[in-house]
Amino acid sequence: MTTIMSPVPAFGPALPEILLAIVALGLVLYGAIMGDGAKRYIDMIAIAAMLVAGLLLLDQGPGKVSTFNDAFVVDSFARTMKGLTLIGSIAAIILSQRFLVDEKIARFEYTILILLSTIGMMMMCSANELISLYLGVELQSLALYVVAAMHRDNLKSSEAGLKYFVLGALSSGMLLYGMSLVYGFTGSVTFPAIAKAVAGQGGTGVVFGLVFIIAGLAFKMSIVPFHMWTPDVYEGAPTPVAAFFATAPKMAAVAMSTRILIDAFLPVLKDWQPIIAFTAIASMVLGAFAAIGQSNIKRLMAYSSIGNMGYAMVGLAAGTIAGVEGVVIFMTIYLAMTLGVFAAILGMQSGGKRLEDISDLAGASRTNPGLAFVLAALLFSLIGIPPLGGFFGKFYVFAAAIEAKLFTLAVIGIVASVVSAFYYLRIIKVMYFDAPGPTLAPAGVEIRAIMWASAAFVILFAVFASPIRSMAGAAAKSLF
Amino acid sequence: MFGFGILSGLIALPLVGAAFVLLQKDDAAGLRNARWGAFWTTIVTFLLSLVALARFENAKAGFQLVERKAWLGENILYQLGVDGVAMPFVILTTFLMPFCIAASFHSIKERAREYYALFLLLETLMIGVFVSLDLVLFYVFFEAGLIPMFLIIGIWGGARRIYASFKFFLYTLLGSVLMLLAIMAMYWAAGTTDIVKLLAFKFPSSMQYWLWLAFFASFAVKMPMWPVHTWLPDAHVEAPTAGSVILAGILLKMGGYGFIRFSLPMFPEASLYFANFVFALSAIAIIYTSLVAMMQEDIKKLIAYSSVAHMGFVTMGLFTLNAQGVQGAVFQMVSHGLVSGALFLCVGIVYDRMHTRMISAYGGLVNRMPLYALVFLLFTMANVGLPGTSGFVGEFLTLLGAYKASTWLAFFATFGVILSAAYALWLFARVVYGKMEKHALETIPDLDSRELAMLVPLALLVIWFGVQPNGILAMSQASVDGILAIVQAGLPKAAATLGTLKP
Repeated sequence: MTTIMSPVPAFGPALPEILLAIVALGLVLYGAIMGDGAKRYIDMIAIAAMLVAGLLLLDQGPGKVSTFNDAFVVDSFARTMKGLTLIGSIAAIILSQRFLVDEKIARFEYTILILLSTIGMMMMCSANELISLYLGVELQSLALYVVAAMHRDNLKSSEAGLKYFVLGALSSGMLLYGMSLVYGFTGSVTFPAIAKAVAGQGGTGVVFGLVFIIAGLAFKMSIVPFHMWTPDVYEGAPTPVAAFFATAPKMAAVAMSTRILIDAFLPVLKDWQPIIAFTAIASMVLGAFAAIGQSNIKRLMAYSSIGNMGYAMVGLAAGTIAGVEGVVIFMTIYLAMTLGVFAAILGMQSGGKRLEDISDLAGASRTNPGLAFVLAALLFSLIGIPPLGGFFGKFYVFAAAIEAKLFTLAVIGIVASVVSAFYYLRIIKVMYFDAPGPTLAPAGVEIRAIMWASAAFVILFAVFASPIRSMAGAAAKSLF
Repeated sequence: MFGFGILSGLIALPLVGAAFVLLQKDDAAGLRNARWGAFWTTIVTFLLSLVALARFENAKAGFQLVERKAWLGENILYQLGVDGVAMPFVILTTFLMPFCIAASFHSIKERAREYYALFLLLETLMIGVFVSLDLVLFYVFFEAGLIPMFLIIGIWGGARRIYASFKFFLYTLLGSVLMLLAIMAMYWAAGTTDIVKLLAFKFPSSMQYWLWLAFFASFAVKMPMWPVHTWLPDAHVEAPTAGSVILAGILLKMGGYGFIRFSLPMFPEASLYFANFVFALSAIAIIYTSLVAMMQEDIKKLIAYSSVAHMGFVTMGLFTLNAQGVQGAVFQMVSHGLVSGALFLCVGIVYDRMHTRMISAYGGLVNRMPLYALVFLLFTMANVGLPGTSGFVGEFLTLLGAYKASTWLAFFATFGVILSAAYALWLFARVVYGKMEKHALETIPDLDSRELAMLVPLALLVIWFGVQPNGILAMSQASVDGILAIVQAGLPKAAATLGTLKP
């Protein structure tokens, strides 16, 4: 690791974030002058900026660099997770365009807020100390609160925004409280220094702080028992916003949790392993059972994402290289599946009306075979049926749990996945076995593109799994 | 071709056919193309499997026609190959598929393209199960079969198709996921999922018991063994004819194949330890489900229960751990694949005409359908296990093996032979014999040429294997001996003299 201790820090490693920040600020000015009519151009510029940021990530090479006095680290893991985050954000902007116009809420701030939260998320992926981590979290969260309430004339959307804000602020408070405890007992805020301190004497105080930090992280990842906001926010927020919430912020939150637990607290693995294992079990079980009764597909996807975060936690609970590798693979596939499902939800419309009920999909295999096929493939993948991508995601996290001898966790998790199969199958049943209901109109071209891209990804994953696996392997190794 | 061998070709061919079928237009010409495209795909696949058979050498015990490529890293491989145990099932699969397609020509009118595509996809997956030489690859094929079968039952099934499809899916999935965990544990213990290497790897005794139970959970559901058999009658009754044929003919064999390939050679100590447990379940399955079969009012359900009973002979034979038992089990599975497949085709033929499967709706068919009566009688007799049909050889060999392992087991299992005669002949009598009293039956036509073309080859094979069982036995002998040698080597010295071990 090359640490640069000059008065002027090296900006190179943070170039993608700096670029996005400059673009975002420029766009605020541009939007303020040109008004909402300029949203199309703002979208394009934002997407282009994120693509360039992605290229800059690729350009950073394989090594590990840290800057800003070790507050900001760029390694394989950070680059991978930032890449996933960028994909989620770009897709969120593409998915939202038509929707926002139709709902007459196409304000230019939307794109800029997504851009700002993306900068926060990238910061979370790279944060190597508590302060920069908190900065990232808050930048991300504050932008997201506003986005959730985007549809301000809609009661549900405002409620979603407010709920998200109040609970998010609470979780940030917990995070801060935990951080102050950890700082107090270890005397440091950087992860390597904390690791050194807790390795010597893992005092009760540190564990106390750790618990609060995990509670704060759990809010951001929406895992049980800090998941309550998720279904309401997903249902209330405009659909593309829900799609965004389910993807990019999850990548960043999981990345940040993984880094802090592995880099700073690996020496006290035995203290946090049971906590993470418990949240994993609770999330998987709740995700499996609570979704059964849902009739709104967005709400169902909220519970599904809670369950899926539980699976990611299975890998994290292992606390090994294989575990982190599993987490990265799982999150990659989860990103593709979730984007695809939400694209399909956005494609559910009939007679100019947007539909959100599972029963509206009745007989979709006949009225809109393409949509039904894509959704069925993604749902089978979410169940974890091979050879679809979802299977491999689960395979790697559970394999890591088995390696770490977490048998109870693995057995409960895999049984929960069978329970969850029931509600995914129910959607497939509605689409394929039931008599046709409302005729679903063909979706917009950009929505279909995302749908088919994600379906192709999960179907062909088995064939092209090797490069993704080695990417995840490199990412995992860079943390240890 | 492209660095892939003949087994990859077998896996890929049906997929190509499926793509062709899906690309057809949704009109009369497209439907015809889909139908014949699917049919000829299965024929060509069958011919290709015969080429594989020609290259296969019976005398070798190890795996042949092996293909090996890296897949997920270096330790999880895309590795294919067949031995004498796998080869009969590959041929059975490719052989039965054309019949399934042909049986659907007239009965499937709605969404026919999807139907044929799903069947071809299913063929790919079934062949994949039998030729995989990597545990993860095996699991991928094994589990993926759920998707097409779920859709086939759910879309083209009978009145209670949704219940049946869900039950089928969830039951099987629950069993398999436990096996998946066991596969992961084996991966960490042995460092690879290469089956060839795993066969040489000795798992610690304490681990074997858990692994065996996890694999058992999956295969017992798939077989299906009593008491986890209840999904099968539902699935059979609701599935379309071709679905039933595949289910009884091939999908059930995956469980037995899994026992031979994994449970016996990889966990020999556990297999010996749990043998009595399996014997008990098998004996119960044979007697109890035979009795249940007798009381059924639905023809398909009756045959479904008889399948469970026949699979009881298979599990019994396998865990005798002697050559007669295991060879008999392999033979019984192939024979049952032909016989039960043919029986479901027979049921499908009258169902297409009358649209009911109730036994009470039939009677006196022999008056209008003499040819049908003849063919149905032959398969009924084969199902009973009449000497001269293939059904006899399998039952006899497994009973012989069981007798060596335990006299009592053989005693109870033999009841199954008697009971199977009871339910099968009674069914035949009620459906085919008697006076023709139902008015609806008075105009029922006899077999047409398409139906004859489907049933005659099966009938000939059933008789051929009845009088000339060596066709299958010679193929599997070397491999079965090889597997039993591995089992012997894996057992502690004291227990190594099998057969004399149990009372």
